[in-house]
Amino acid sequence: MNAHELIRSSAAVMAAKLASGEITSVELVQAHLDRIAAVDGGDRGVNAFLHVNTEEALAVAADVDARRARGGSDARELHELAGVPIAVKDLIVTIGQPTTAGSKILEGWMSPYDATVVKKLRAARMPILGKTNLDEFAMGSSTEHSAYGPTRNPWDLDRIPGGSGGGSAAAVAAFEAPLALGTDTGGSIRQPGAVTGTVGVKPTYGAVSRYGAIAMASSLDQIGPVSRTVLDSALLQEVIGGHDPQDSTSLTDPSTGLADAARLGNVKGMKIGIIKELHGEGYQAGVENRFNESLELLRGAGAEIVEVSCPNFGYALGAYYLIMPSEASSNLAKFDGVRFGMRKLPAEGPPTIERVMAATRAAGFGDEVKRRIILGTYALSAGYYDAYYGSAQKVRTLIQRDFAAAFAQVDVLISPTSPTTAFKLGEKLNDPLAMYLNDVATIPANLAGVPGLTLPGGLADEDGLPVGIQLLAPAREDARLYRVGAVLESLLEAQWGGPILDQAPALAQTAAKEAK
Amino acid sequence: MAAINREQVAHLATLAHIEMSDDELDRMATELAVIVDSVKSVSEAAGDDVPATSHPIPLTNVMRDDVVGHVLTAEEALSGAPDAQDGRFKVPAILEES
Amino acid sequence: MSVDTILSFEEAMEKYDPVLGFEVHVELNTKSKMFSSAPNVFGDEPNTNVNEVCLGLPGVLPVLNKKAVESSILIGLALNCKIAEHCTFARKQYFYPDTPKNFQTSQYEDPICYDGWIDIELADGTVFRVEIERAHMEEDAGKLTHMGGSTGRIQGADFSLVDYNRSGVPLVEIVTKPIEGAGSRAPELAKAYVAAIREIVKNLGVSDARMERGNVRCDANVSLRPYGQEKFGTRTETKNVNSLRAVENAVKFEIQRHGAVLDSGVKIIQETRHWHEDTKSTTSGRPKSDADDYRYFPEPDLVPIVTTALWVEQLRSRLPEPPAARRKRLQADWGYTDMEFRDVVNAGLMDEIEETVTAGASAAAARKWWMGEIARRAKLADVDPAALGVSPAVVVEIEKLIASGAINDKLARQVLDGVLDGEGTPAEVVEKRGLAVVSDDGALQSAIDEALAAQPDVADKIRGGKVQAVGAIVGGVMKVTRGQADPGRVRELILATLGVEG
Ligand SMILES: [Mg+2]
Ligand SMILES: [Zn+2]
Repeated sequence: MNAHELIRSSAAVMAAKLASGEITSVELVQAHLDRIAAVDGGDRGVNAFLHVNTEEALAVAADVDARRARGGSDARELHELAGVPIAVKDLIVTIGQPTTAGSKILEGWMSPYDATVVKKLRAARMPILGKTNLDEFAMGSSTEHSAYGPTRNPWDLDRIPGGSGGGSAAAVAAFEAPLALGTDTGGSIRQPGAVTGTVGVKPTYGAVSRYGAIAMASSLDQIGPVSRTVLDSALLQEVIGGHDPQDSTSLTDPSTGLADAARLGNVKGMKIGIIKELHGEGYQAGVENRFNESLELLRGAGAEIVEVSCPNFGYALGAYYLIMPSEASSNLAKFDGVRFGMRKLPAEGPPTIERVMAATRAAGFGDEVKRRIILGTYALSAGYYDAYYGSAQKVRTLIQRDFAAAFAQVDVLISPTSPTTAFKLGEKLNDPLAMYLNDVATIPANLAGVPGLTLPGGLADEDGLPVGIQLLAPAREDARLYRVGAVLESLLEAQWGGPILDQAPALAQTAAKEAK
Repeated sequence: MAAINREQVAHLATLAHIEMSDDELDRMATELAVIVDSVKSVSEAAGDDVPATSHPIPLTNVMRDDVVGHVLTAEEALSGAPDAQDGRFKVPAILEES
Repeated sequence: MSVDTILSFEEAMEKYDPVLGFEVHVELNTKSKMFSSAPNVFGDEPNTNVNEVCLGLPGVLPVLNKKAVESSILIGLALNCKIAEHCTFARKQYFYPDTPKNFQTSQYEDPICYDGWIDIELADGTVFRVEIERAHMEEDAGKLTHMGGSTGRIQGADFSLVDYNRSGVPLVEIVTKPIEGAGSRAPELAKAYVAAIREIVKNLGVSDARMERGNVRCDANVSLRPYGQEKFGTRTETKNVNSLRAVENAVKFEIQRHGAVLDSGVKIIQETRHWHEDTKSTTSGRPKSDADDYRYFPEPDLVPIVTTALWVEQLRSRLPEPPAARRKRLQADWGYTDMEFRDVVNAGLMDEIEETVTAGASAAAARKWWMGEIARRAKLADVDPAALGVSPAVVVEIEKLIASGAINDKLARQVLDGVLDGEGTPAEVVEKRGLAVVSDDGALQSAIDEALAAQPDVADKIRGGKVQAVGAIVGGVMKVTRGQADPGRVRELILATLGVEG
């Protein structure tokens, strides 16, 4: 198998071939850079990458190859994933590469520090291929709200790749990267995973450090892995997870043994709960069918499937659209044209600092960001706090109680990840409410802090597009997701005759992506 | 809860320091009215006895020892600044006239 | 800028009853900042004590400084406050270029310390109890320098420069309840209150408490109401009152100004006022308005603090003796009169004298040096006596040299100069400058013989019984020995030489 064939395999397989010396990291990284150059650029390109980190990625790869060639402790001490390349969502700061958050307001900004997860990737010597596209400041479910153009879904270039982490999901689905980092505030890892036929995990809140992820909603944000297999996500979460003293909300006791759980993959005697409120009405027929098939497969593997009710989930979306914009309005206040990023002078009138800030933010932020900032400002303002923000925080308690009651009955919960398959670019662009509904099944996990995983559950009958299956576990039980996910994944692969992504159409060669 | 109107949006835009044209204010008021309407049921969901949750995973007393760590050089600190002078960030006048 | 008309203080006091309130910000002297590990150091080059956290760069998160929390609790305990068992941080949101995140991380509904009190002793011994509403933790802002214009003030500036070194320095904000009943002693009470807070935090060792550096900063609220009325009048908040004298003057001025406004039948506008040291008056700042909607909400990036009784009691056991008790004890130990002691306190030299006495000097000698020669030199150098560079150990050593007869008082002053000039310890200065008293009779005798030979007529007078004429010869000897002889011994030797009875 040469490097160009190898890019379609899993990260675990790539790691094994690197370890055995069958292939070098430089070859592997170059093959991915070639793939990016072939499919990412031009009018009809995937546009998953905002920045391609050619030189540094090759240098890290060469260093790994040299260490392996030297043998001895240099080779022994290499991390299992050393030399396996990865893409990083452009919400996560990196030294040496621009970080834009998909916004004009940060165009060209270079962080003087690395996010904790990036430090961990560097420590594991994983070459960073570049920074991936996203909805501006991670606000959106389609990656159409990027200031740098939308990302296209590799399954159908006229469709959205989900969002906000559409770039990371599309890069992995298009074999431009075997692994990527995403961030998930209301579903931004899982919903793109669902509509691109990839695997994505939102770890337990606090299991992965948020330090260096540009905050949207601090109490909901979580960095997590994006991959093509369940095991790959487990391997990557083991690299990026763990306690970080620079994040006060970081857990000292996160779930461990994730890759082992994925390799073990056993559901015999497990109780799996269907959430009554998260399927049925409002869910596309093809999504429902695939969901029901997954339940059958799990039952066949020895799991007991029961139905549970989470009566307050009906309030989750509303609570989310109060808490998220409130925190975002505050977190985004720092983008004011004083210390970093864009500065714009007002078109008329005296350029006082207040007016320069207001003009900068008017020019630098897109419509969706402004909408959420204004909504959040409203929800926190005098006279409205109790009714909006305060009430939403109470709903959060109710959602947590629903989860607690459900997990008292079952080991994991299961639902479709997204109510629909990928919709057309532009279809919901001017209907924010319709856009928000995409996250109805993913949001409860963020409100409660519990972990969630999406994996491809096959293709919908009506449009042939991927459907995502979501698994949810109690807080700090991330390992359970990998254990159940790996079983379902292998059952589905058997049913579909191989990985779901093998069914994706071949991408035509596009105008080459320039290394920006 | 009253529907959100244009004057309110203008006030919120002032608070949030985002310059908005009249057209934008109108559009934003219309869109926000729809969104606010769709989330308003939240205020009736929970009774007074339900406590608020601000952190999904409850932790307490996360503190660090009083030890000095790394600093940026002034050059690094100012590297992203739109404008700087004499090692400091330069900002336009704060007050309108003298 | 229009000049406000004001009533005389006496007239204002005749008609109106003042109500005060104070918000005092205390900068803690931790090594690192409140939420970042950048150093908390005053006076360094701009933007060199910052890292990504206190600059508020995208992606950063705060982590709370444990020492700052403990210092805050110590302040609360010293102010007789209750310590919250559970408290949180909140974001106070407003845009200003000295505030990197455009919100200040502070506390809102549940301050760490609340419901305390402090007894303030006025000059005549009257004790006035001030109730403390709360003391909460927050972070300081950066420093703006206004450029262009003529005054360096914000008004008329062309642009401003921002240094974030101070950004994130830990603060404790101490807020009083409304203070009623001070009457015409309101300005005096204001000064005494801030002085007391300063003394407490300095005594606790949690702040350098230097007002000139902004370690202790006071916002003074003043309102007036007609005597007998229960409801408070509209208040103004005067910012930037950063010396004890200024606190007294600002409160006095606002009482006089409010009085004139109320007399003219106009309502007081609730607003912030700025104190101007040059004109000893306040000017209007920003009116309070809807724009002051701080949109507080719980800080999601920080978790709650839970204080256990054990933790609080451990801290309580670290409390030093309260300042008032300490003052009483020291005055009694030292035997100073009330006036002597007050002068020492006002000169800010209590600590220095205590250390000097502890190091072995008598209380009288310690006072003589600190309030005398050291204070005099400090005044010339325009610095605080404590900051002049004389250590208690130096004073003790000089005193010992005098007691042993190695130097006299006059030489001791030269020794002090030498120490201040960096010539070393007092003993080293004596050695280097050759200042030791000449006590070698042989050396003195030749100087005396020389002096007598130079003034034979005076020598004759003395021989003739005019003993008082010996002074001229003593003077001559002192001149030759450059002041290093003991004049008493010189006199004895001269009389002995001439065979005259003293
Ligand atoms: Mg205040
Ligand atoms: Zn304050």
